[in-house]
Amino acid sequence: MTLEINLTRDPAHLRHGSNMGQPLTRTDGILKVTGKARYAADNHPAGMLYAVIATSCIARGRVKSLDVAAAKRHPGVVDVMTPAHKPELAEDPDAKGNPFAFRMELLQSDEVRYANQAIAVVIAETLEAATEGAVLLSPHYQVEIARVGLDAGEVYAPPVVGIGNPAEVVHGDIDAGLAAATKLTDATYETPAQYHNAMEPHAIVAVWDGDRLFIDTPSQGMAFAQMRVAGLFGIPPGNIHINSPFLGGGFGSKGLISGPQVLGIMAAKLVGRPVKLVLRRSQMYGPVGHRPPTRQRLRIGTDDAGMLTAIDHHARITTSSFDDFYEPAADASHTLYAAPAIHTAHEAVRVDTGTPLFMRAPGEATGSIALESAIDEAAFACGIDPLEFRLKNYAEVEPTTGKPFSSKALRQCYAKAAERFGWARRPLAPKQMRDENGYLVGWGMGTATFPAIMFQGNARAVIRADGRGVMETGAHDMGQGAWTALAQISADSLGLDLDQLTFRSGSSDLPDAGIAGGSGHTATVGAAIHNAGAAVIAKLAELATADERSPLFGAGNAGVIARGGRLHRRDDEARSESYADILARAGLAEVDGMGSGAADPAAQSQYAMHAHGAVFAEVKVDPDLGQIRATRMVGAFAAGRIINPLLVQSQLYGGMIWGLSFALHEEAVMDHRSGRILNANLAEYHVPVNADVPPMDVITVDEHDPHVNPLGIKGVGEIGITGSAGAVANAVWHATGIRIRRFPIRIEEMVMGLGD
Amino acid sequence: MMNFDYVRPASVADAIAAASEKGAAYLASGTNLLDLMKGGVSRPSRLVDVTRLPGLDRIERLADGSLRIGALVRNADLAHDAEFVRNYPAVAEALLSGASAQLRNAATVGGNLLQRTRCAYFYDIGSACNKRWPGAGCDALDGENRLHAVLGWSEGCIATHPSDFCVPLVALDAVVEIEGKDGRRELPLEALHRLPGDAPAHETELERGELIVALRLPAAAQNFAAHARYIKVRERTSYAFAVVSAAAALRIEDGAIREARLALGGVAAKPWRSREAEQLLAGAAPDAARYREAARAALAGAKPSGDNAFKIELAQRIVVRALSLAAQGTPARVAALPASPFSSLPGA
Repeated sequence: MTLEINLTRDPAHLRHGSNMGQPLTRTDGILKVTGKARYAADNHPAGMLYAVIATSCIARGRVKSLDVAAAKRHPGVVDVMTPAHKPELAEDPDAKGNPFAFRMELLQSDEVRYANQAIAVVIAETLEAATEGAVLLSPHYQVEIARVGLDAGEVYAPPVVGIGNPAEVVHGDIDAGLAAATKLTDATYETPAQYHNAMEPHAIVAVWDGDRLFIDTPSQGMAFAQMRVAGLFGIPPGNIHINSPFLGGGFGSKGLISGPQVLGIMAAKLVGRPVKLVLRRSQMYGPVGHRPPTRQRLRIGTDDAGMLTAIDHHARITTSSFDDFYEPAADASHTLYAAPAIHTAHEAVRVDTGTPLFMRAPGEATGSIALESAIDEAAFACGIDPLEFRLKNYAEVEPTTGKPFSSKALRQCYAKAAERFGWARRPLAPKQMRDENGYLVGWGMGTATFPAIMFQGNARAVIRADGRGVMETGAHDMGQGAWTALAQISADSLGLDLDQLTFRSGSSDLPDAGIAGGSGHTATVGAAIHNAGAAVIAKLAELATADERSPLFGAGNAGVIARGGRLHRRDDEARSESYADILARAGLAEVDGMGSGAADPAAQSQYAMHAHGAVFAEVKVDPDLGQIRATRMVGAFAAGRIINPLLVQSQLYGGMIWGLSFALHEEAVMDHRSGRILNANLAEYHVPVNADVPPMDVITVDEHDPHVNPLGIKGVGEIGITGSAGAVANAVWHATGIRIRRFPIRIEEMVMGLGD
Repeated sequence: MMNFDYVRPASVADAIAAASEKGAAYLASGTNLLDLMKGGVSRPSRLVDVTRLPGLDRIERLADGSLRIGALVRNADLAHDAEFVRNYPAVAEALLSGASAQLRNAATVGGNLLQRTRCAYFYDIGSACNKRWPGAGCDALDGENRLHAVLGWSEGCIATHPSDFCVPLVALDAVVEIEGKDGRRELPLEALHRLPGDAPAHETELERGELIVALRLPAAAQNFAAHARYIKVRERTSYAFAVVSAAAALRIEDGAIREARLALGGVAAKPWRSREAEQLLAGAAPDAARYREAARAALAGAKPSGDNAFKIELAQRIVVRALSLAAQGTPARVAALPASPFSSLPGA
């Protein structure tokens, strides 16, 4: 299964010399806009069948019966996979082997854990036949009362939150801090369940060849997927070949292979033919992770000077009845504001939903809207401008750990964004501004932050006899632009122009690039690429400097630098030799080198590492009808080295729009009796349309970070949501004087709040 | 999806014959029906594709001054027809505030009239719904119902009719032309949709096999062109159904309202015309106090069907807004954000 991706080689997309930092357009852009980019579900191997999942319409109970005979009688249906008829698995899908192993429903029993759970899979010659077969199964259930919402049952303290974070963190004396406050802001915020709605639903095309497995599926972590599938089917990970050149969005939902994708592999094994399985939009609302609802109480103590005395942030979240993932919402209060006492704690409730999992800024997004709203409330209680209040309480070191920041240009972010926005003209009190048409106008702000995370990733670099380079890494392009940004890093790492480089990615047959999550992919894979390139250049330098026929002979301690496909003596750049000449004289077809990237534990123990930003928003509110419209957003972000300003700008726009969505639109509506999600479609699950998105300004603030990783990259994938949601919510308050603490802000609260 | 017959008749008569059998459904662009079929909500055994029937895609001015719009005219074509926009601006604004550009390019006039409710319990085949299964009960009644009906609902059904287009049409006395086995008949659009009562599944007055072939706007509807607006509050600016909407059309002469038309959307199982409000406005000076009185009259019979009392208040404010904007005069062009409260607002 060779993967040939015809990336753009048009000169308009090339820059010569230093490639990092250049605003290149996407190398895969033309493939995508012309429909030639082959996504997983675009593959049709010969003999392929279609699998359709039959899903439960109850949230809790058992499947008593399935009319398999009726489904099989339907023309075109080949087989029906059920708990009684499925390939044997080598591993229990409910086993918890590692912190990233989440339980999945692979027809291991007749138990129903949530609505939209797979209860059978119908395999047919056509999609239509499989779909109808699934209907004809006409399941009967033994229904148990569903547990729905944040008050569904017993509350308990989770063992950990996120991946291994402590559920409770205490810094300083919280009781003393609260007691020392002359003003106490005590407010409770609610955020809704949100579900993944990437344009591309989860899809898989699975082909077995003996005990080798070939799959096309969107993945943010191919090596993780290999490991999980290898365990489930009892085959070596190396036997599993995953192609994942393009994702139509991931946002965390494709970080770990999901149950439905594994069901596609099982179906192919059952029938002995290639099988395609694509989730319907509504089937995304259950088995692929979601953002759970939260209820967060914040107590913020301040003294007469407007200095924080305490931040007490308590979050209740839901998790599934059968597994443990705890959205670390309160952790948002660990890093931003310099309170002498900080206490964060979580409590959880088990409900009958799929297990909540990573969804763009998990914890940071939910926690940020509550924290930034509460800080806004506290600032107003103190009679201080919200920006001034934040500057007064600026954290010079990470408050909960006392560590210095590896870099932190947040002050510059505040200053630049505030100036661009015109914040200085903001009246302190709410409901003071109207535009020429009579709309209420409000200005709000929020601070953005996201940790600089790295995973473990590898890359292989090659310089060939013709002097051209190859970089290979199994990286993941979710639409963020990995094909482009990583190629830019690759070209620089090999001292080549981009058009002299072949960049190979998107396949598990290439070196493991780790997971594209936590906003850490460019940092991780970038470091691996940087090191792989350096390894190859070192080999070339060794060949040249040891060869007395080379103009570089004896460069010794002065060393060489790689540029434009040549090595130059550092102390005399006129003396140089091309890679091709070096290899030709050495009689080598190519030289290669491996590199890996990972966080440096020594630096991590010494420094707190975070990206930061400041977001300002303007909204207008109809004074009678309560309709809200965002009219302006300005965000300034400091996130270390920017590899590609165009791609970064798009990432930050996307994050800020997500924040707008969080504040004003997005919400999964669940029937409180049945636990079924009532708006599992793009018509009723509202995300902003273009007409809702205001003019947006993104500023990136230069930040040189020598500690975070060799290239100084912090990541921009998630930070745009944080700060933005709170900024919009605070702007609504500033426009109307109505403080809404339940998100999204609903029209009824505005209508009734605005009165007559 | 289930297997079904697909027929493409060459004439209206053939279509009616084909659609008169039990289980048959007409298919135009399918922007609603296909979704219902994919979700298992609707399972017709035969689709009668009417999209190629001759003569139903024309907009024509009749001798009596009325405008006849073929049932197959696309929503977008109608909304961008210059003469139509000039004469019936509120209808154009309503059309452009509905769905998305892509859907409007596909959706037909006849199909728009017959779109089904967006009640989530109607779409969720795991829920009880008297529309889908008469006698099953209504899970919306004690469910998530903040957007449900406040007028004309029954214990059997609290769903609303989602069309924007229909709201100004009923205000302007639109008439539907219907062909059936026994020939042609006409019905005021206002009489097409039924309130749920004890038979929520019986949504319209159409008999089996009957086909809407045209919509007619009477000559008098043009008299309101100078003072007509449609205002819609929704949860996002496009591709969202109305929380509440209102169409207001006034005939103003010598500084007084000679004749008023008012209808509401998103509040009932049908586009809701308020003659009580119209009567209060007729002969009055265009002023805010009178608009508020009219709004109260329009919602006098309203009661919450669930967690939606706010819609009664919101509906009154939208009525006042629509009347105020209509009185100010129809804008020269349809706003960039059609029907949005942000399309225009009186100066503060």
